[in-house]
Amino acid sequence: MTDIHIDIKQKTYAAKGSAKAHLAIENFQLSLESHQFVCLVGSSGCGKTTLLNSIAGLDTDFVGEIIVGEQHIKPKIGYVFQNPRLLPWRTVRENIELALENVTQSSEIVDNLLQIMQLNTVQAVYPERLSLGMSRRVAIIRAFAINPDVLLMDEPFVSLDPPTARQVRSLLIQLWQQRPHTVLFVTHDLREAIALADKLVFLSPPPMQIISEIPVLIPRNQRDDESVIESFRQQLINEYPAINRLL
Amino acid sequence: MLFFLSLWQGLAVYLHNNTLPTPLAVAHILWQEILSGQLPHHLGVTLRRLCISFSIAMLLGSAIGIVLGQHEKLNAFFDNWLVIFLNIPALVTIILCYVWFGLEESAAILAVVINKLPNVIVTFREGARALNQELLEMARCYRFGKYKTFLHVIFPQLHPFVMSATRSGLALVWKIILVVELLGRSDGMGYQLQLFFQLFDVASILAYTIAFVAVIQLLEWLVLKPLDNYGQRWRR
Repeated sequence: MTDIHIDIKQKTYAAKGSAKAHLAIENFQLSLESHQFVCLVGSSGCGKTTLLNSIAGLDTDFVGEIIVGEQHIKPKIGYVFQNPRLLPWRTVRENIELALENVTQSSEIVDNLLQIMQLNTVQAVYPERLSLGMSRRVAIIRAFAINPDVLLMDEPFVSLDPPTARQVRSLLIQLWQQRPHTVLFVTHDLREAIALADKLVFLSPPPMQIISEIPVLIPRNQRDDESVIESFRQQLINEYPAINRLL
Repeated sequence: MLFFLSLWQGLAVYLHNNTLPTPLAVAHILWQEILSGQLPHHLGVTLRRLCISFSIAMLLGSAIGIVLGQHEKLNAFFDNWLVIFLNIPALVTIILCYVWFGLEESAAILAVVINKLPNVIVTFREGARALNQELLEMARCYRFGKYKTFLHVIFPQLHPFVMSATRSGLALVWKIILVVELLGRSDGMGYQLQLFFQLFDVASILAYTIAFVAVIQLLEWLVLKPLDNYGQRWRR
């Protein structure tokens, strides 16, 4: 079970050079149930990436605590960063395989993912020759391939063209349903968030706090229908005018 | 190259002087020295010293440089020392090493290492400072571990610095080795050059120089260039 309990009392970036100290997160409590798909929605610069980095253990400089999964068992975390963060001196396939614990055991999974993402022809190519969209897909495969307990995604579909984004989105849901894991997905696209999430969490500008947590109860099989998504969105905006100001 | 040779030939014929022998005369002496085994012996001795001192300086210097590049405080402390060591004349360290440790092989090697080390440290320190933090975070998140992180994330970023330290290092080390040999050894290129100097034998000096330059060029073509190409293969 990989529940996530976040309780950040305070996260401050210290003053550096001419930049003043910056209070990024304050009194932030959020609990995610295991296998839940949660979308964090907020304006850019509100501290979402800071939050993901803290959950991933990359940033431990905050007051409070974050508990991921059970004690003493380190959960496997797949992280799709805002930039693809591929190693330019390793090929597409090597980039994916480096993240794996056992390359031979997972080779079928990698083949399959490359096939689905339409990247099987560029396996031996170095990332500098890929378009940004392709690099993003490689980064997504890397996160999926390790079979994570927790998947953190930081606006992963930003520069994908709409058809690819739709395809990758449905793939993400498909993989998540096949092997449930807890997903924390950052976006500022409300339609995307509604199409994906079990729960939406709306975040305020810094210091980041939760404005509201709203469950999305649309059945999964109806989420391909854009009119359903759109009507839910309208309803949300009508009910919570504060949300509109965020987007 | 041909132009240079013909210029040399022309000048030598025009001057007709012992201090500038013709290329042909130098080639003749080069051949004779090779046949007699003198040149291979002394060149070998010098190359051995070069290999040993160069390896020690590179290994030690890269380790210290990477550590300094990642620890701000350590670096602030040792920065002044580095500048001092960078600026101590090679001749001073050589003489001190011989005086303190005797006219021995180890003192000779030590003198070369001390001269080369600060350059390697500075080069690697800059490399370690410029490491991409985003990629290191990625490696940490995906639990690459120390070995994988060094091999796949850190070393490829240091590669250009390794090559630059190697090239400038070879050039610097061999110049210092000659002085070391001239001052306190009874074999090697530096020792031979000193003999030729006393005899005013310019042709032999040039022959030895050409032999050494040829070795360094071979190293460049057969080792450094291919390494360079391999390190750059991923660039567009």
